Amino acid sequence: MYKLSNLLLACVLVFSVNAQENAGLRLPAGFSATLFADQIGTARHIAINDKGILYAKLNNANKAGQSIVRMEDANGDGIAEKISGWGKYGGTGIYVRGSQLYASSDDAVYLYQLDANGEVINPTSPKTIIQNLHSRRQHASKSITLDPKGNIYVNIGAYSNACQEKDRSVGSKGMMPCPILDSAGGIWKFDGSKENQSYAEGKRYATGLRNVIGLDWNNTTNSLFVTQHGRDQLNTFYPTMYTDAQNAELPAETMYEMKEGDDAGWPYVYYDPFQKKKILSPEYGGDGKLEGEKNALDPLVAFPAHMAPMALLFYKGNQFPAKYKEGAFIAFHGSWNRAPLPQEGYFVAFVPFKNGKPSGEWEIFANGFAGPDNNKSPRGAKARPCGLAEGPDGSLYVSDDSKGAIFKISFNK
Amino acid sequence: MQKMQFKIVSLILVALFYCIQGNAQNMKNGKKIYETRCLACHQADGGGVPNMNAPLDAASNVVGTDIARLVRIIRYGYNERIALDGFYYSNAMTASPDLKDNELADLLTYIRNSWSNKASAITVAQVQAAKKKK
Repeated sequence: MYKLSNLLLACVLVFSVNAQENAGLRLPAGFSATLFADQIGTARHIAINDKGILYAKLNNANKAGQSIVRMEDANGDGIAEKISGWGKYGGTGIYVRGSQLYASSDDAVYLYQLDANGEVINPTSPKTIIQNLHSRRQHASKSITLDPKGNIYVNIGAYSNACQEKDRSVGSKGMMPCPILDSAGGIWKFDGSKENQSYAEGKRYATGLRNVIGLDWNNTTNSLFVTQHGRDQLNTFYPTMYTDAQNAELPAETMYEMKEGDDAGWPYVYYDPFQKKKILSPEYGGDGKLEGEKNALDPLVAFPAHMAPMALLFYKGNQFPAKYKEGAFIAFHGSWNRAPLPQEGYFVAFVPFKNGKPSGEWEIFANGFAGPDNNKSPRGAKARPCGLAEGPDGSLYVSDDSKGAIFKISFNK
Repeated sequence: MQKMQFKIVSLILVALFYCIQGNAQNMKNGKKIYETRCLACHQADGGGVPNMNAPLDAASNVVGTDIARLVRIIRYGYNERIALDGFYYSNAMTASPDLKDNELADLLTYIRNSWSNKASAITVAQVQAAKKKK
């Protein structure tokens, strides 16, 4: 008996030591992780330059009064020892290419110039590339990505759950047509080098997207891919139509390839991953079975409901095994609207791609962000994955916007 | 005389118990309302959702003394970004205009005495007074 308890204790100790060794993450065989940085602030999206210098955009300025953080690991031990920053405004989007660094607030996109060491040259006087975008609290964050020609794509999230006359109210009908879609609920395209653009200078590139936080340009297909946050609270507003258990699984979180002019169907339909159909929203007369919006896109990938895809990254490197090449990593923030059922997500998922199309089922790549006690309440989670970046050596970085951790994941062969 | 004192002290203790802890039946009623109307957003642990849905646990407004404000928020909801204890929350709050005075009292008693919260129970009379305040 004594021996057995000792053995158990030893198992627990070995397990916890191993967990610490990978910064608390659970990874596929052959992968390891380090805590690249910790408590840097509410780190939303991250970007990395060709020298491996990592930049994070914070949702709120941190204790040092900075909202863009520069992290450098000069000695290559997997931990950033040089950490500095600038900027005062909160936001989500960040993108770096050569000496240019784009960062977004909730209503604008700014362009900074970097020197040869990746240090910012104009911390207080960036160029304003885009301004005066709608920022109406809900889904206000502006994610950004660029195509090879230098066009910039900006998500303008819908400031609503389901375009009801009165947002998130029992019995309030959906507005027809939804007036939000003229200036939000889609992806807008701008010139990445022109200053002071707004709606008049930009173009609504794609519509019918409630809120996209993860987006990336795919070089194989030469097109934009996005992940959408599906609508909330079907059971709260239509308790006779949807049970708590149904709401926990509806609708799917979805991935789309968006070409110019495409429509993903929000708010008129949501995607039901069990019926594999676009179902008419109850706010627009749906009953859980009626279909709608035949011309709207079907998703390329349907993930479990409410897990909140925050970042999308197509893997270009050679460090990871061949199956990961050109595949998609998705950072899931973790759900809240599956309650009273257990929450889900709080992990990084992977979808294999071949010739620009998903070639297999999605799988969990990195898990354990919520913490060793598996506390999956949004407040209790130790870390909530939010941003992804691929280093020049092919390592994958994951940011956490709750306590400000940055994880570096590598493959060791 | 001693017996009398004992009786008074016990009475005060019992009254205190009800004031601080809330009546068990009221707590039970409040919990039921919380689970059907509030839990989806404010969560089972009362922790809310960072940046989106305000927490009720350890929230200064919830355990505070402005009962009229709490009654107003539950009855009418709101659609604005709110600040609470140094953080901002962006989602709209759903209105519950149909809750009766005793239901509002029980719900408030429940959220003020759940998780780490320990505040006074709310009576129907307090709810009625709060409604008049506007």
